Amino acid sequence: MAEDVFKALADPTRRRILDELAERDGQSLFEICARLVTKHGLGLSRQAISQHLAVLEAAGLVVSRREGRYKFHDLDTGPLERVMTRWLRPPSAGSPTSTESAERADTTESTP
Amino acid sequence: MKIHLTSVFVDDQEKALRFYTDVLGFVQKHDVPLGKDRWITVVSPEEPNGTELLLEPSGHPAVQPYKTALVHDGIPAASFAVDDVRAEYERLRGLGVFFTQEPLEMGSVTTAVLDDTCGNLIQIVHSA
Repeated sequence: MAEDVFKALADPTRRRILDELAERDGQSLFEICARLVTKHGLGLSRQAISQHLAVLEAAGLVVSRREGRYKFHDLDTGPLERVMTRWLRPPSAGSPTSTESAERADTTESTP
Repeated sequence: MKIHLTSVFVDDQEKALRFYTDVLGFVQKHDVPLGKDRWITVVSPEEPNGTELLLEPSGHPAVQPYKTALVHDGIPAASFAVDDVRAEYERLRGLGVFFTQEPLEMGSVTTAVLDDTCGNLIQIVHSA
């Protein structure tokens, strides 16, 4: 899961999509495309943006929901908090428990 | 050359006529019986001799998959100019209209996207 998050964040277009969803949740593919082209000059094809959204969804950063005949996309920052807290030192920094949890996170990642 | 007529495929012509006139505010121009369907067009009250919008029946088998795919991705079937998108958004929402995109400022253009209740999304737009 963490690998997916890093991969998703590695691409600037995908970071722009997250920027736009942070401004307003519940966007259709059409709105996301319109925002990317008008605000960021990113004239990508709808298919390309759809694929970027699929990567963000696989990482859990974007959640899409069907509402009747429409499909909307929401931002989920949960996965970000989980991967970032790994390096944020808790008050008991350096204690064996925090090292163990980081090691556990690495082990979990490599599991297919 | 100029655009004389354009069309939207509507699921129910009578329901569409009500929505496009009573809710959106267009005026009926033609209503001609055509077998089991009708030739219904509406125009803007601001331009009675302007472009007509044909409320075309959705009977052709290619139409439903086309409409479903567009609505799924939020893509409007037509775009109409208004004076003030936000004011129109508030007015239409008050009439129970559902918007798939709330007013969005994109540089000099503001848009919003609504459901016409007949299987289409419609964009409204104004330029600053």
